[in-house]
Amino acid sequence: MVYRMSWSRRCFLAANYTFLTVLSLLCLIPFIHILAVSLSSAAAASAGSVKLWPVEWTIASYENVLSKQEFLTSFLVSLKRVLLGTSVNMVLTILVAYPLSKEVANFRPRTVYVWFFVLTMLFSGGLIPLYMTVKMTGLMDSLWALVIPAAVPVYNVVLLLNFFRGLPKELEESATIDGANPFVIMWKIFVPLSVPALATLTLFSMVMHWNSWFDGLIFMNQPEHYPLQSFLQTVVIQRDMRFLTPEDVDMLKLVSDRTSSAAQIFVATLPILLVYPFLQKYFVHGIVMGSVKE
Amino acid sequence: MLLPAVVLVLIYCYGPMVGMVIAFEKYVPAKGMIHSKWVGLDNFKYVISLPDTYRVLYNTVYIAFMKMIAGLIAPIVVALLLNEVRTMLFKRLYQTFIYLPHFLSWIILGGIMLDILSPSSGLVNQALEALGFEPIFFLGDNKWFPYVLVGSDVWKEFGFGTIVYLAALTGINPSLYEAAEIDGANRWQQTRHVTLPGMVPIMILLATLSLGQILNAGFDQVFNLYNTQVYESGDIIDTLVYRLGLQQAQYGVATAVGLFKSVVSFIFISLSYYVAYRFANYRIF
Repeated sequence: MVYRMSWSRRCFLAANYTFLTVLSLLCLIPFIHILAVSLSSAAAASAGSVKLWPVEWTIASYENVLSKQEFLTSFLVSLKRVLLGTSVNMVLTILVAYPLSKEVANFRPRTVYVWFFVLTMLFSGGLIPLYMTVKMTGLMDSLWALVIPAAVPVYNVVLLLNFFRGLPKELEESATIDGANPFVIMWKIFVPLSVPALATLTLFSMVMHWNSWFDGLIFMNQPEHYPLQSFLQTVVIQRDMRFLTPEDVDMLKLVSDRTSSAAQIFVATLPILLVYPFLQKYFVHGIVMGSVKE
Repeated sequence: MLLPAVVLVLIYCYGPMVGMVIAFEKYVPAKGMIHSKWVGLDNFKYVISLPDTYRVLYNTVYIAFMKMIAGLIAPIVVALLLNEVRTMLFKRLYQTFIYLPHFLSWIILGGIMLDILSPSSGLVNQALEALGFEPIFFLGDNKWFPYVLVGSDVWKEFGFGTIVYLAALTGINPSLYEAAEIDGANRWQQTRHVTLPGMVPIMILLATLSLGQILNAGFDQVFNLYNTQVYESGDIIDTLVYRLGLQQAQYGVATAVGLFKSVVSFIFISLSYYVAYRFANYRIF
């Protein structure tokens, strides 16, 4: 059906597109600005003459950032953390979600277990007791301190559990008749069928690990064990002078605090910018299946 | 299959709950949890006697409440407007851009905020000056700081919040629109009488669930944006616990504040889940 658009409708559409474009730009401009600052000369950045396009192009700030040992070390810590943390999260999410997706008739203590996990979403011991627990279990200052305390992401478990329940039961029954044990069923049937859901949860888990900073700050005693975001917290947010070496002071003539911060922010954003577009189609679907039911 | 997860949750989620007993102790790390002196409610009494406590509680609820309202309205409006965009390419582009800030940490966004809100050379103040306004010290002025928190939180999350509403919109029965059109309803009337009522259940559900977050004003954000100048308007329970506990080593007192927050939050969250279950038939599992 083709209909002629009324005048007011056209006005609305024009206004709507304009508004949404402005809104999108509001979300983008800060990043464009930071990119422009990071590519500008120290003088131009300090003078505040950089808007959305670099003034006096230079990649000095990136050279400076990428030559800083602390930055590279923490980048590496973050990469390791994302790999290790995401694997642990995903394995445990699947292992927990599969049995809990069964009916009570097939798995009697299901309800007890579900509440055991869900309760931790509602009530937590708080910062100091968690800190003490991590200390007592001897995880301080190791990569495991960033992975183990949040190894079971209960929220993700709930999302996956709901997804598993939506899969046809007949598949499982016929597999059982063919002699498959629960592990085989889980791994050969449920996991392959849940790729969109698992991709979403993997994205969330990766983003969570990449973005975490507070645990790094409190559980790591030595700054060289800091993951990238914790390191950035100390240099960009606290503007801590601890990390300045004499060479850095010379470098500051070429690279201002501002351009250097901007470059570090941009490098830390890059991995997310790279992963995000590919997984977007999954997560929109993934969120919806988890939040709107029936 | 459940064993490894159960053990880990037992240690790292239930363990700290046991650790909360130090809220009732004069905790000395060298003596440990069992041998530290039991002081009953002294830590709580001490906290109540602090003049800062009320301000912090007020700030927390005030900031969280404003975020809650703004965070409910903005995504609904944007979802309605996005729904009118029929060109798939544009719709997808808009969505890609507005979801983006959600995926970045408050370290990144905090760094960006510090830069663009700087009073001398920040982008925002330059724009204000070009329009003939006085520059504003957004992050150092108690009058502005709470609004910066709310504004930047909405900026980060509104796009992502639209996902659920967009899903709800696609769930509305198309025959309702056809019927309305036959009855002579124009686009705006269709929105008012079909779309909005269709979204009410999910709006109520999300509003209810958000009530549980009344004591969560956003530690990541506040911690990375605030400074001593705006403690008066920006200090919240979580930042207070951090300063008392990890900076001043008053473990017992900090845990008492944390316990208070956990208990009140637990009541609110349970209540909101219960209400959502009773009136919207919402179940988490």
